[in-house]
Formats: sequence, C-alpha cells, structure tokens
Amino acid sequence: MQIYLPIAEISVNIFLILGLGGGVGFLSGLFGVGGGFLITPLLIFYGIPPAVSVATAANQIVASSVSGVFAHWRRGNVDLKMGLVLLAGGIVGSTVGVWLFAWLRSLGQIDLVISLCYVIFLGIIGGMMLLEATRAIFRTRRKGGSIRRSKKHQHSFIHGLPFKVRFYRSGLYISALLPLAVGFFVGMLTALMGVGGGFVMVPAMIYLLGMPTGVVIGTSLFQIIFVTANVTFLQSVQTQTVDVALAILLLIGGVIGAQFGAQFGARLKAEHLRALLGLLVLSVCLKLLFDLVIEPSELYSIMPGNL
Amino acid sequence: MTRSTRTLAVLCVTMLALVTTTGTAKRASAEPLVVDLSNHLVAITTGFTGTDVLLFGAVQHEGDIIVTVRGPDQDMVVRRKERKIGIWVNSESARYKNVPAYYASASNRPMDIIAPKSILQDYRIGLEHQRFIAISDNPETDQKVYRDALVRNMQNAGLFNERPAKISFLSNQLFRTDIHFPANTPTGTYTINVYLIQNGRIASVKTTPLVVSKTGVSAEVYEFAHRYSALYGIVAVIIAVVAGWIASVAFRKR
Repeated sequence: MQIYLPIAEISVNIFLILGLGGGVGFLSGLFGVGGGFLITPLLIFYGIPPAVSVATAANQIVASSVSGVFAHWRRGNVDLKMGLVLLAGGIVGSTVGVWLFAWLRSLGQIDLVISLCYVIFLGIIGGMMLLEATRAIFRTRRKGGSIRRSKKHQHSFIHGLPFKVRFYRSGLYISALLPLAVGFFVGMLTALMGVGGGFVMVPAMIYLLGMPTGVVIGTSLFQIIFVTANVTFLQSVQTQTVDVALAILLLIGGVIGAQFGAQFGARLKAEHLRALLGLLVLSVCLKLLFDLVIEPSELYSIMPGNL
Repeated sequence: MTRSTRTLAVLCVTMLALVTTTGTAKRASAEPLVVDLSNHLVAITTGFTGTDVLLFGAVQHEGDIIVTVRGPDQDMVVRRKERKIGIWVNSESARYKNVPAYYASASNRPMDIIAPKSILQDYRIGLEHQRFIAISDNPETDQKVYRDALVRNMQNAGLFNERPAKISFLSNQLFRTDIHFPANTPTGTYTINVYLIQNGRIASVKTTPLVVSKTGVSAEVYEFAHRYSALYGIVAVIIAVVAGWIASVAFRKR
C-alpha cells in the first residue's frame, strides 16, 4: 500500500516504512540505543531526501526519548542539574546546527556533510565498540575482568577551568563549561545528522565528565528530548522539512519493534550485543563510505531553486 | 479497472458527440480541431501513485497531431561532482531559468517527418527545442554538457518524457493519447498545446490548461507546514511527546 508523504513529496510503501521503523526499533530495544544513527541513513538509502530524513528523524527521536525517560525518571536516574546545563549547550548548538544545515543546503553540500559526519562518527564508534567488546569477550574467559573506567579524581586541565559547579546527583564538582561544550557539540550533531547523539553523549559523560554510569542514560535521554524538540521546531520554521506523517509511521513501527528487541536482548550476553552493534554500525559506515568513494553513475545532480 | 472503463465510456460518448456536432455544424462554424481532456484536474491525494490523463479530440480534415504538455516554470541548479581527496564532491554548478517542472510531448508520427525543423523550433515543440536561459557566472562552463545533464536528470525522475508518446487515430478524424503523470509530479498549472499540422504547416492550435494540485489531508499538512511553520513545528513536537508518553504507559505493566 502506497502513501504520499506530504512534506517529502514522494509516495512510499507504508509497510516498508513501518518495517523500517520496526527493524530499527527492534535494534534499539536490543542494544539499548536510540537508533537515530540508523534511521537517517536508511531513510536516505530508501530515497527520502536527506534534508527531510534528518529533520524527521529528530522528530521521531523526541518520541522515543520521551518513552524511554519515564522509567529512568521514576528510578531517580536523571541528574536534573547536569541535564539542564547540557541542555543549555544543546539548545545553542542545535540552533547553530540548523542554521549551518540551511547554509550548507544552499551550497549544495549538505548531502556530503551528512554522509561525512556519519562515516567519521560511525567509523570511530563502531570500531571502538567492536574492539572493546571483543576484548571483553576474551577477558570473560579468564574471569574477573572489569570494565575500564577513568579515575574520577585525576587532575588535568579540565579541573583548572573556571565556573565550577557542584552536581550532587552525579557527585561531581566540575566546571560548567565542560558539560556546556559537550551539549553544544552534540546539539550540533543532532541538527546535522538527525541523531539523538546518545552514542556521543554517553561516552562523553562517562569518560570526559566522569559521571557515574547509573545516571548517564537517564540524563542523556532527558536532554535529548529538548534538543531534538528544538531541532524539530527550528527545521519546521527554517526549512519546512519535518514530515509528520513519516515520523508517525516510524514511531508506530519503532515502539512495537523496541518491545520485541528488549525481550530478545535479555537473552543475549552484553558483550556479544555490543560486538553485534559494533558490526552493524561499521557496516552502515562502510556503505556510506563506499558511496562517497566509488565513481557515481550520474555525475550531475539537479535541484530546484536559486544558487 | 473501473476507472479506465469509465473514462473509456466517457471518451466514446464525447467522441460520438464530437462527430455528430462536427458533422451537423460543419456549415455553421467549421472547427478544424477540437480537443478535450478526460480530467482537467490531477488531484494528488494521500494514495497518489501517478495517473494517466486521457487527451482526445477530432480533426475535420486529415492531418498530423502533436501534443505538448508543459508544467510550471522554475529555476534549476545543475551541479557536477568531482573527485577531491578521494571522495566525490559537488563542485561546479550552472543555473537555469524557466525550466519546466514537467515536459511531455506526443505525436502520431515522428515529429521530424510531420513538420520541418524550423517550425518545431519556432513553436518550441519537443524537448530539444526548449530554450533554458542559463545564468552562469563562469563563462567557461560547457553549457551543452550541463543542459544535457539537466534533461537526463529530469528524464530519470520521470518528469521529462524520453521520446514522444504515441497518438493514435481511431479513424481519420478521431485521435487519443494518454499523458502520464508520475508519483512525483510537481503541482501547478500545466499548459497543454495541441497542434494540427497539414502539409508541413501548422493549421490550428488548441491550448488547454490542466491543474495539478494536492487535495485532502496531504494538501492540508503541506499548506499548514508552509504557512504556519512555527505552529507546525510545535504540533510536531507535541505529537511526538504524546506518542512517546502513550508508548511508555502502554508497555509499563509488562
């Protein structure tokens, strides 16, 4: 059954989009990730214009983060103060990102920048994940292996920064500039790539800010809601590329898929899951890289509008 | 299926009417060329996957027919990819004015047999006689290559037809052709010109408009997104928040 998407202005197979949302939802339930970094490239592979894919994915992530944050909120796993500081950076970063997006689009370079961002980030994160997981798999054979963690009280240039703030829930006393910068950077990625940014935010929170792992997911989900909401709003105003119909279809598939994924994931070992996710991330990265490197069959592209 | 039979029935009735009127009214006012469409409105609804519009008509005296369909004009940017540090990057570009968003032509015989090239050129009939005004800041840009690329891309998108469609004559006087509009047909007012050509000269021209517009839910969403874009953004966020909340409530008990 075909459905005409009002903003993307193409007609798509409704079951294919539902399936796509479901598949990514399954994976996000399985691996405990947002899935934005998969949904956007898959939509682009399917033929949805990149601009619409990115903006719509942001809208969809609002929903998946809202549904995820409640459980963490009830368990008290959200550091509100840290979340708000990250958010302040995120709002500025995503606003700059949307503006950058519109500018790159007018230059005709947005597709390239989206692809490059994906190749770089997916490559780094997929590679690290795979490496770490294979090490963990081999280590568990010897038993007693613990996950590497940065020392909380090591002193570096980070602790010399001004505007120190106490974050009680995380048990941290660090400069507010640091979470502001992290928030800003991830916010920019949200606008440019249509991702929640959890895959950058979570490692940054653990290794850079030194937050305890228990509050990381909840806090990152909390701030992602508002940053993606900001991106959705700004993209609607500036580029009119948010397709609500597409977002709703992805949502329905995603919510159902996530439930199955979570049940299925409970039966697998954590490091095996991470190794699988790493492989998946790397293969998406390689596909994107391949498309950039091989000579395209059509060297010319057209776009309506002014230069 | 029912749709095509219905249009066929409409066609038969109208053609009968055409024949009788051209027959009886021959002395009163001799119309050399009469044309009409099965539908003057292509409605893009939520289930739109492309459609055919039937063009039919009658000529009084034997002749050749050429039909051109031209969508609304727009500016188009053509970009060329170049390899830079191993990856393919958009580099040079050219801009064209008054490129039709859709162009299709049809004829009962090959156009160059029907009419001399000068006439096709003067009336801008056929894809190769469309003049796109290039706005380029780089004088060294090879206009022909870019123009070809523009046409090729539009053809791949299904918006320019690759070769003229076939017009079939049902008798010496009655003709019909299908104009295909793909799923990605741009909206706007289209101009359909029907040329009657006798002895290599244009004997008559009929022009008829065709409107392609979005209707129903998708039209309203599009309209809303463009006219009240801030409100649209807020609504999009609210929908997502509510959907996420419902999902978390629905699956909490398990």
